[in-house]
Amino acid sequence: MTRALHAFPGGLPLDHYMEWTCGEESLLQPLPERIVLPLQQHIGLPATPIVSVRDKVLKGQRIGAASGYVSVSIHASTSGTVTDIGDHPVPHPAGITARCIVIEPDGEDRWCEIKAVDEYMSVDPRRLQEVIRDCGITGLGGAGFPAHVKINEGVENAVDTLIINGVECEPFITCDDRLIQEKAAYVVAGTRMIGHAVQAKHRVIAVESDMPAAYAALARLVGDDIELVQVPARYPAGGEKQLIQVITGKEVPSGGLAIHIGILVQNVATAAAVYRAVTRGEPVISRYVTVAGTVPRPRNLQVLLGTPVADCLRTCGHEPDPRQRIILGGPMMGQHLRSTNVPITKTSNCILVQSEPEPAPELACIRCGNCATVCPVQLLPQQLYLDARAGNYEAARQHHLFDCIECGCCSYVCPSRIPLVQYYRHAKSHIAAEERRRDGADHARSRFQARNDRLRANTEEKPDADAINTAAANSEYVQAAVERSRTRRQARDATPPEAPEPHD
Amino acid sequence: MTEPVVISSPHRHMGMTVRDVMLRVAAALVPGILVYAGIFGPGVLIQCILAVITGLATEALILLWRGRPLRPALSDGSVIVTGLLLALCLSPLSPWWATVIATVFAVGLGKHAFGGLGQNLFNPAMVGFVFVLLCFPAQMNQWPAAPVEGTTSPGITDSLAIIFVPTDTAVDAVSGASALNHMKSRLGLMEMVSEIRTAPIYGSLGGRGWEWIALAWLAGGVALLALGLIRWHIPAGFIAGMTVFSGVAWLLNADVYAAPLFHLATPGATLGAFFIATDPVTAATSDRGRLVYGALIGALACLLRLWGIYPDGVAFAVLIGNACAPVIDRFTQPRVLGVMP
Repeated sequence: MTRALHAFPGGLPLDHYMEWTCGEESLLQPLPERIVLPLQQHIGLPATPIVSVRDKVLKGQRIGAASGYVSVSIHASTSGTVTDIGDHPVPHPAGITARCIVIEPDGEDRWCEIKAVDEYMSVDPRRLQEVIRDCGITGLGGAGFPAHVKINEGVENAVDTLIINGVECEPFITCDDRLIQEKAAYVVAGTRMIGHAVQAKHRVIAVESDMPAAYAALARLVGDDIELVQVPARYPAGGEKQLIQVITGKEVPSGGLAIHIGILVQNVATAAAVYRAVTRGEPVISRYVTVAGTVPRPRNLQVLLGTPVADCLRTCGHEPDPRQRIILGGPMMGQHLRSTNVPITKTSNCILVQSEPEPAPELACIRCGNCATVCPVQLLPQQLYLDARAGNYEAARQHHLFDCIECGCCSYVCPSRIPLVQYYRHAKSHIAAEERRRDGADHARSRFQARNDRLRANTEEKPDADAINTAAANSEYVQAAVERSRTRRQARDATPPEAPEPHD
Repeated sequence: MTEPVVISSPHRHMGMTVRDVMLRVAAALVPGILVYAGIFGPGVLIQCILAVITGLATEALILLWRGRPLRPALSDGSVIVTGLLLALCLSPLSPWWATVIATVFAVGLGKHAFGGLGQNLFNPAMVGFVFVLLCFPAQMNQWPAAPVEGTTSPGITDSLAIIFVPTDTAVDAVSGASALNHMKSRLGLMEMVSEIRTAPIYGSLGGRGWEWIALAWLAGGVALLALGLIRWHIPAGFIAGMTVFSGVAWLLNADVYAAPLFHLATPGATLGAFFIATDPVTAATSDRGRLVYGALIGALACLLRLWGIYPDGVAFAVLIGNACAPVIDRFTQPRVLGVMP
């Protein structure tokens, strides 16, 4: 059965440079001297450490527990000793630090005891969710949204189509391509498991048309229960909303989620991780990472989470050069790293080395509209830019700023070299901060209100409570005591009430 | 300590800059300029050089005055395009001072009074052109005579003399009515289009000689389309607007209204449709908006030609279109993906 594909608006035909890395077997990245595991490698709340400094841990042992619904556990990626739980540099464009658990490997790489789920088909889908959460599975495609949350939404809502996303649309990145070629069986089995967990009517695995080897590997394994689809190579076809549009022709409502139109999308690596979690009890402790760009030996690596980026670069023969830029992720959406001394996390799909570009001054917008032509969401990028630049954030919101997926197509084509995406990010974070501030003020106001209500209720309700008590207090002695306390209270209530606490 | 610069994605760029765009647009004008010079003599080249030099000098002075860096603005190529378009709208017989005034006005008031590149509401070249057209109607309506038998186009010395030391006799010797002008005045004398068109100044499509220039602008415009420097919506809208408007008039009365092809085969129409109305700064921004915008300009240009007092109305139509662009934008916003109407 072939599925009629649809087009998404805008987008760019980009050179892919996939041939650099997609044909070569991935290498196992050696054990580093130090493993640094950020407690937050996903969207949501950071995990809570459940080990202490100097604890011995085993490979695969849970060392951070999910701290809430939108949170996942983290696991030791090798055996060793916890040497620190504190702030360390993490991948972030501003070079910030965050809480991490540091492990000094003992070199034995000894697994803890892990337990498989037998016969997943007979298992309650809810049990599968727990397994997925306990194994620390997040979306491994890039955003890092906890997989169990999406799957739970899939369990609670009817899922028409489950899409397993193998569309690597950003140039240079081939880690999913390699994963499919090397672990196609995991991807297909994981697809069946997620499909079972959410009872999806249709199951689709999508790859890009320039991934023939991956397509062939999957084609050998899929049965009638899974549709294998080749999506035309056009950036950003691998974006969740774009992929949904290409495969189903449906649009995810603005501000809504894919599940609202009965679609669940998971990355191929996530599907493979689900397979490992269910059949072996293996948590997510490593991932495929593409090292590409101006490195002597570009390659895909299988890297233990927490391994420094610098180690991966060294494996590919790269010598540090201050004239180069290191990007974590692809060239369109990746983040610039100030230091390579940051760990690989669950969402690190690519390390890209670029020579420092010529500084290009930002010129005035000439309203050429190229940005609007390539925008896959059909926004008015130049209008959003003007709104953001003028600090007119409300106008930006009305022009659907929050529908922007930050794919970077607009900046890519801008002849005035305006860093449009940077303006949008700034506006988004400004609006978010403003909302937090307002929420904070609302919160303080409601707390103050609640306190006043409580005080008032106390003074009003006490006599009633006493009336109830009197029935029980039938002895004269108790009666007298109640009497004494009432007189005392009346005396106190006659004094002026305490001044309300000042609030900001 | 200053806040460290955050380098934001994307980390690649297609490489096209404003300068590349402008210089390619200027290059697309070259075939038309050469055809123009070949038919009507080197006057047009002198006008182009004069306007570009004046434009650059004006821009430099204003930038100094505004305390802005010279290099980025002067090297972005936009003033070259403005100068060329202005020179190509003026008659090659225009006196030097008219060209200089028009250019200073275009760059000074048309562009920098609004804040420079990207900020101007009106097409600077048209602002400058319309200014001198309104101020000096006599000089602005001296057009070189059509290359019919017995005439020769002026050489380089004659052209320099006409432009820099203009005398009425020298200009009269080489000037003649343009096709649009001739058509307008003869229609005023109650002659019929079919009669008027038998005059030797007409070619098979429009004005003799001028129709070739019109075709050369069209070729340049097609090159711009092929290179992806402009999109088809504005030219298509313009041509459709002009065709429909003049076509309806022509169908109603072919004796007093020329056929659509006559209107389209004028240099003003093709230069306007592909090079002037497509100035992105002053045009509508969405595809749908650009169709409306182009159609409005095409129809207005035709309206002004048929009933206005000036033979051509493209410049006025473009300025009115510029004024309407913001409101067109407002009502033609594309539907954002996932936003249900």
